[in-house]
Amino acid sequence: MTTTPADLTDLRPRRQILDRAFRGTTLLAGALILIILVLIAYTVTNKSLPVFRSEGFEFFTERRWAPNKEIYGALSFIYGTAITALLAVAISVPVSLGIALFTTQVAPLRMKKWLVSLTDLVAVVPSVVFGLWGIIFLAPKLLGVYKHVSAWFHGWPILGDIFGRTGAGRTFMTAGLILSVMITPIITSISREVIETCPQTDRDGALALGATRWEMITGAVLPHSMSGIVGAVMLGLGRAMGETIAVALVIGSSPNITANLFSSGDSLPSVIAFQWGEATTEIKRSALIAMGLTLFLITIVINLLATAVVNRATKRVQGT
Amino acid sequence: MNTVRRRLAIAGIISLSLVAAACGSDSNSSSSTAAPTTAAAATPTTEAAATTTAGEAATTTAAAPTDTAASTDVDFSALKGSLVASGATFPKGFYDDAIATLAGIAPGLTIEYGGGGSGKGRSDLQEQVVDFAGTDGVVKDADKAAYKGGEFVYVPTVIAPITMSYNLPGVDKLQLSPKSISAIFQLEVTKWNDPIIAADNPGVTLPATDIVVARRADGSGTTENFSKFLDAAYGPNATPPGTWKLGGASELEWPDGTQAGDGNSGVAQIISSTEGAIGYVDLSDAKANKLTFASVMNKAGKYIDPTLDATTAAAKGTKINDDLTFFLGWADGDDSYPIAAQTWIIAYTKQADPAKAEAIRGFLTYLLTDAQKTASDIDYAPLPADLQTKALANIAKIGA
Repeated sequence: MTTTPADLTDLRPRRQILDRAFRGTTLLAGALILIILVLIAYTVTNKSLPVFRSEGFEFFTERRWAPNKEIYGALSFIYGTAITALLAVAISVPVSLGIALFTTQVAPLRMKKWLVSLTDLVAVVPSVVFGLWGIIFLAPKLLGVYKHVSAWFHGWPILGDIFGRTGAGRTFMTAGLILSVMITPIITSISREVIETCPQTDRDGALALGATRWEMITGAVLPHSMSGIVGAVMLGLGRAMGETIAVALVIGSSPNITANLFSSGDSLPSVIAFQWGEATTEIKRSALIAMGLTLFLITIVINLLATAVVNRATKRVQGT
Repeated sequence: MNTVRRRLAIAGIISLSLVAAACGSDSNSSSSTAAPTTAAAATPTTEAAATTTAGEAATTTAAAPTDTAASTDVDFSALKGSLVASGATFPKGFYDDAIATLAGIAPGLTIEYGGGGSGKGRSDLQEQVVDFAGTDGVVKDADKAAYKGGEFVYVPTVIAPITMSYNLPGVDKLQLSPKSISAIFQLEVTKWNDPIIAADNPGVTLPATDIVVARRADGSGTTENFSKFLDAAYGPNATPPGTWKLGGASELEWPDGTQAGDGNSGVAQIISSTEGAIGYVDLSDAKANKLTFASVMNKAGKYIDPTLDATTAAAKGTKINDDLTFFLGWADGDDSYPIAAQTWIIAYTKQADPAKAEAIRGFLTYLLTDAQKTASDIDYAPLPADLQTKALANIAKIGA
């Protein structure tokens, strides 16, 4: 059967309509995301105006949070969010990279499949379960550890301040540890997939030149995958900053700016979760919404930074 | 196929470990299984009570209404409709229990008390989203104009002590004065054997454990009642003036280094898991978490245990305002426990629908009569008789 040119011309208009309809629907779907994002940004900004009107820019620099005295400062919450997320990343990155490198470079195929399934499984544990595990098990157990470490470093410069006096085991450190477990599967699976894209020829080449496995990883695999790994870490950081309930349960909910990682603190999402229900005045509601806006802005900045870093790294690796 | 089998295997291993944990006989799981047993034991009895009262009600309405009518002149079985309410969580246990028993007597009436906190209750009533609201705090005069339904009444329903719960192994009996409580919660003392606390406890050897202060993370009526007690007993305007500087409010600017938990149960959890911890927890949550609590010095200078009787005694020694608002803390009387929570139901006096007004009156009357008799079973103290009478008079003001 051959198609005559006449048949083709008959089909053309219908195809064009289908094409256009398809293009239209996908455009709508794409635009919808943008519209929702813009609407969220608009509402959140709009609703947070009252607190900015009364506090001004000091909302970001004031460390006191005293709703009963109408003092609303977000600084200690921003600090808590940043310090817990950074702790989480600092703990999680070496572990995640280790798992990713082990599964791709070292482990035999069968073991690799099991490991991949297991790390993926950690990702499906609901965050509230992590939080409950944190307050019921981890925080009380860690309390003893904190007390020992704090006694050990007592009187030391710097370290004595970082590992200072502790209260009930609900601390920046506990929150950071829980978060590190939560973001490990994200960083691991993305890094693993990036590392797997490293061409076999590169690796074989390194080995053929007499490199050990370690030299092959640091010389061929890591430079190739750096941009992707940075992206994975940034994604993990974003997740850690936005995590609400697991942090809220273990951070101690006591706004505080201190170098002491064993002290209780508070974070932006957890103060919103705990204080929203009793936020009955307009100004307090708007202060909490403004915290949400702050978190939103911080995560946007982190994502932009991540994109910039990834782009630069990609360019360097590809040599363009 | 292979992947599926592997995932199933992992799921299998995990569920096996869950089963193993459930069967394990360590101290934790045995104590947690104890709770369901008591709950299971309690439910049939309340159900049985509900059905018997329902049976009685059915027979009494068939004949002449006798017992219930004598005390309240409300025929509960005739109540119809559905009521929606929200607000204070502190009395929710009492309301839910009353709603469940009343459902046995008045099958035509459904009531839903959503909780959510006093602040939510007040703003819900303000916007007329609910038929009545529960609140542990009084509405400020400045806010009254915002209540869209016009004038409303306070109906006090129940009271309860707030305990000073602590975790100090080896110390079964602890006495605290407002002075030491103020010093502890402002972190002015850091060890349990501090002379300020020791002065309240002659003859007791206190350990040198670090004090960990547990308090509420959320805005709370319990915080408000606790801090107002301290403000009245040891604040700058107290007689003699004290050094409690944080004031009295549902949220305070706590010093750095306190530990906060969500809700009474969150605070109780911190206390039970931390040696050296102390916090303010309502009696039923303190009992449910098996916490030890201190006796607190009252206005008459006596150390009183947080019992229901001591709380009712405090209500007798409290000045009741004309609109039935009052503050129970730091009450007069030798037997009064000084830290207590009071709660009200607020409802508009003018209801659009007469049937709804009758339903609200019916439920509130039930709370102030039959439900008062069983309140102590679930760790709430009944109101003194004269306050019950005054509350019933306020209920009568709700009309169409």
